[in-house]
Amino acid sequence: MDLEKFKVHGEPLIYGAMISIALATIGIIVGLTVFKKWGYLWREWLTTVDHKRIGVMYILAALLMLFRGGIDAIMMRLQTAAPDMKFLDAQHYNEVFTTHGLIMILFMAMPFIIGLMNVIIPLQIGARDVAFPRLNAVSFWLFFFGAMLLNISFVIGGSPDAGWSAYFPLASIEFSPTVGNNYYSLALQISGIGTLITGINFIVTILKMRAPGMKLMKMPMFTWSVLITNIIIVFAFPVLTVALALMMFDRLFGSQFFTMANGGMDMLWANLFWVWGHPEVYIVVLPAFGIYSEIIATFSKKNLYGYTSMVFSMLIISLLSFLVWAHHFYTMGQGVMVNSFFSITTMAIAVPTGVKIFNWLFTLRKGRITFTTPMLYTLAFIPIFTIGGVTGVMLAMASADYQYHNTMFLVAHFHYVLIPGAVFAVIAGFHYWFPKVFGFRLNERLGKHAFWWIIISFNVTFFPLFLLGLMGMTRRMYTYSEETGFGPLNMLSFAGALGLAIGFVILVYNIYWSTRYEPRDTTGDPWDARTLEWATNSPIPAYNFAVVPKVQTRDALWSAKQDNIPLFTEEITKIHMPSNTGKPFILGVVFFFFGFFLVFSMWIPAIVAGVGIILVMAAMSFDRDHGFYIPAKEVIATEKKLRGETV
Amino acid sequence: MMKQLFPIRHVMGYIASLVLSAAALAVIYLDLSKTVDIIILTVTAIIQASLQLFVFMHIGESADTKKELYINIAYALFVGLVTIFGTLFIFLWGWYA
Repeated sequence: MDLEKFKVHGEPLIYGAMISIALATIGIIVGLTVFKKWGYLWREWLTTVDHKRIGVMYILAALLMLFRGGIDAIMMRLQTAAPDMKFLDAQHYNEVFTTHGLIMILFMAMPFIIGLMNVIIPLQIGARDVAFPRLNAVSFWLFFFGAMLLNISFVIGGSPDAGWSAYFPLASIEFSPTVGNNYYSLALQISGIGTLITGINFIVTILKMRAPGMKLMKMPMFTWSVLITNIIIVFAFPVLTVALALMMFDRLFGSQFFTMANGGMDMLWANLFWVWGHPEVYIVVLPAFGIYSEIIATFSKKNLYGYTSMVFSMLIISLLSFLVWAHHFYTMGQGVMVNSFFSITTMAIAVPTGVKIFNWLFTLRKGRITFTTPMLYTLAFIPIFTIGGVTGVMLAMASADYQYHNTMFLVAHFHYVLIPGAVFAVIAGFHYWFPKVFGFRLNERLGKHAFWWIIISFNVTFFPLFLLGLMGMTRRMYTYSEETGFGPLNMLSFAGALGLAIGFVILVYNIYWSTRYEPRDTTGDPWDARTLEWATNSPIPAYNFAVVPKVQTRDALWSAKQDNIPLFTEEITKIHMPSNTGKPFILGVVFFFFGFFLVFSMWIPAIVAGVGIILVMAAMSFDRDHGFYIPAKEVIATEKKLRGETV
Repeated sequence: MMKQLFPIRHVMGYIASLVLSAAALAVIYLDLSKTVDIIILTVTAIIQASLQLFVFMHIGESADTKKELYINIAYALFVGLVTIFGTLFIFLWGWYA
């Protein structure tokens, strides 16, 4: 066998990455063995079907990927900080910006949101778990091993290098002969299947498992946003699945779907990619809207203004999100009629989004506002996201877009949309729901330090990019000459990127500090919040609610607290729970090897792994598992203990 | 016993979907005009889809979530048709000429 194709040559940085990956792996293995944690890891985490633990694992993975993608970002900003920098070569720079995009969207923003969704949704609707707990574990492990497959590409064989959108013909085997784009098609495919399963799981959960009395129009806003998001997932991801499969056929088996000869059509890739890609933007942004709605209502001590219009604006956004995709390629060659149509549908999205912004402002009006860390992120989101939205309308005008297209102006625009619209939201949600999961809050002083670092540095990093774009700097250029005059603003942007890094380091330090010193919360409701997830104890017991709550109003917990409406009226009885299983984890591992062998066209091992996948799935379908019961006595004891009483 | 092994409704459904698939193949093996081809494909596809939905996916069974199910199918149709006709709109009817 030829080992040469696995090697990546030449760059001291890559050797550094190899060594650090090897050291981290050895460190983890030694650590687990020394502290005798292998059994604990397997029993409590790898085999778990508990939605809260799966959510925590999603968020941990997302934080790791945030740092991986962040390091990519700093490398790019460093390479472009001054004219004619020699830090990265062109190939390496291409790989870095491609993986930065892929990781930040698919392996950071998505799992962070799915993680919060996993932890919070069953609690918010008063359920004991998601509809299909075991399938939920399958989702997570497919996502996780898909992400790992993409991550090892950096040191084994080379990363994808044709941009996160992998446009053909550049991404074809003819112009990108390395295995990089094979990794792209397979890693995204594996984690994409996981996401699709999540979508189905949560639609069923929200439609079928709500607490008695919770009509659709009485659901909390975050639950609504997640329901709509998952509907978009179920309808958008199949397009990506098909596109990636065609791409894989083209690259591995010599088919001609996206080639420029033999009846293939390279532009069809861009078309299919954005049929998925634009709804994908709303998949990460809509849950963020839900998170902000919860936070604004809680910290203004008011119910959300315009609940019905909030729901309908999200529904309209979800429909419109499928009608705008061609605005990503105005310059590809379609006529005026097509561009005008997509221009108008794109601008129309600003209307329901504007409705939401006004609703948040009216919720704040005359509210008793407390400036906690999650609230600060929310308040910062409104003006920054509006700048992103307004520049979006500028880009939406097809004729003007011929000027902005593929410049740094576009890069600045989507960072102004996605960072407040997804990253600030998940950080805000992380601070807001942290006490629910772990039983103590993150420190407010450190949290605000991190907030100011992040918010100021964000603007220092990305505002100069608007100006650079208008000056004519195109995106994805790995260097430029001094005469262009791009130097000073790029240096400013690099300084901002370093500030962002400091902000995120403070954020992580805050987790460490709070774990050690922050006082523990025994009320289960530290923010004086409004929705059901705060009605149970924190940390949350395995069964979520000792008794299933009865809902009468929209802000169920708030009215329970204000008007003394009892939420829990029934006696505690035995509780049925799903049992843990290791099969989803094993399935993920087998999928990982299947993907890896396909990337390198190693057919015999790939077929063996493929048969392995079918065998594991067959074993899962014939599994007879009726779960188990927690006896009432044990539930009562746990409840007393969590409330700090002595048993 | 025989009824359990061969639930008549499902066996018939299975045979029907095989027949429909074979009928769709006629488009390749028989030399028909393009219009007839499209008609055959459309009709067999619609029958096939409803067969799957009603016989194998039991869409008519649960009364409480009927509305949600049909809204979801309408949404799926919307997305599918928008994708197909949008693509045709971009690359054929509205292509710059």
